[in-house]
Amino acid sequence: MSRSGQESTHRTIERMARESYGRLVAYLSSHTRDVASAEDALSNGLVAALTTWPRDGVPQNPEAWLLTTARHSFIDLVRHQQVAVASEPTLLLLRDEPKEATLSAEFPDERLKLLFVCTHPAIDPAIHTPLMLQTVLGLDAVRIAHAFLVSPTTMGQRLVRAKTKIRDGGIQFEVPQEHELPQRLDAVLEAIYAAFGIGWDDMAGVDQRGRELAEEAIWLARVLLQLMQREAEVRGLLALMLHCEARRGARRGPDGRYIPLSEQDSQRWSLPLIKEAERHLAEASSRGRWGRFQLEAAIQSVHAERARSGRTEWVAIMLFYEQLIRISPTLGTRTGYAAAVAEAKGPEAGLAVLDGIDMDSVSGYQPYWAVRAHLLQRLGKKSEAMDAFDRAIGVAEDPAVRQFLLQRRG
Amino acid sequence: MQFALLVYESPEALSTRNNDETDPYIGAWRAYYKALVEAGIYVGGDPLEVPETGTTVRLKEGKRRVQDGPFADTKEQLGGFIILELPSLDAALDWAARCPAASAGAVEVRPLAPESKRRITG
Repeated sequence: MSRSGQESTHRTIERMARESYGRLVAYLSSHTRDVASAEDALSNGLVAALTTWPRDGVPQNPEAWLLTTARHSFIDLVRHQQVAVASEPTLLLLRDEPKEATLSAEFPDERLKLLFVCTHPAIDPAIHTPLMLQTVLGLDAVRIAHAFLVSPTTMGQRLVRAKTKIRDGGIQFEVPQEHELPQRLDAVLEAIYAAFGIGWDDMAGVDQRGRELAEEAIWLARVLLQLMQREAEVRGLLALMLHCEARRGARRGPDGRYIPLSEQDSQRWSLPLIKEAERHLAEASSRGRWGRFQLEAAIQSVHAERARSGRTEWVAIMLFYEQLIRISPTLGTRTGYAAAVAEAKGPEAGLAVLDGIDMDSVSGYQPYWAVRAHLLQRLGKKSEAMDAFDRAIGVAEDPAVRQFLLQRRG
Repeated sequence: MQFALLVYESPEALSTRNNDETDPYIGAWRAYYKALVEAGIYVGGDPLEVPETGTTVRLKEGKRRVQDGPFADTKEQLGGFIILELPSLDAALDWAARCPAASAGAVEVRPLAPESKRRITG
């Protein structure tokens, strides 16, 4: 095969690995709940593709080819596990498996069930996001470990433990019943948002964690939206992330300097992403069921408006925050509210909001100290502002943000 | 549980040692120290003099060997250490990531070994 032919084969395999990974893992594991074996089988299938396809050409239906190969490997794998060989679900899988002939047709998309399994209440919430990134997107444990600031070995062990629990703990592959759906869906949305990284746009309040996975989080939200078109909050989450993503290029100067939202050049924001976000938000709000993510997206939408009007409607932002605090009174929300109140009503009012937050909870929370420092500085309280800046700088992780805060402190 | 944060610094970072507090790296360290104390996790620690001031001693086949400078000749050198009292390695890694040296060198996190100490100190 020619060099360019080989390259295109490799690209096909890469694309397959990305687009089909979650579908195949979900499909293979939905009967047996054995996610780890499904992943191993799929890896074997991908290796087989890498050796066979460049030689024999890409099969007509690559996904079906991969599924067939992975399924054979999967059956081998579970047969070799003495304990699993006698297990009923495995035998059922062997029996129920579709015939080769029908494989080229569609096979059921079980990814939604897999997403609910990853965020099941019986699984430690701290591992929900890593589990999702690995089983649905095929990210390796090392990359996930870097993003979550855990050693690769530890992350690997935690993932294995969670998968064992899924297999042996009686967690069912199913979409939750109507009455528990809102709560269970929340856990899925939370896990996706955690991959995105939080507080992107707060005043120098940046939580680095997971930020390098922003694109993966958006991908996951798109998958979820395909599977749950009617859920307003799914669109809300996607709109929120797209709005934040639209500003990626404007967040840093050419020299790598950190630029806070209020000083960003709105011409550098991505208009197509903003438009897409607005479309999802409009569609979501037409369903008349407001939720946390739609409100957060609405706040970002007001910020985005500056690209058109040249100004920021802080009163609107403040009002959205008031709604948001009612359903999600997190530290981040309350800090964001304080910043909005300060812009709408003056720094003293904003400071009063900050004073209302329990001091024990804020000690390591950088956005709180950054906003506080900024407001104290505006009020001319120099030494108090310096102290607050120090607290923000001391817990800053991103060197660009640290540098920004050091300069502001003076 | 106590952890040591072993702070490895690049030559550029080490060269700021004698600068005053207006140096951004020194400023970042002052703020970091303050944050550790405010969080109630700081046990102790110290910066070390620059690596060139080190002298390494070893005995090889009964003969003394004395060498100018640090034990290993690498670009990033041990510049100091911090002892923190924390509930878990996860928490220690969080604080290590916030250390100014994490972006200007590297920070190694190691649990202290109280059992080994007990065997030595009795």
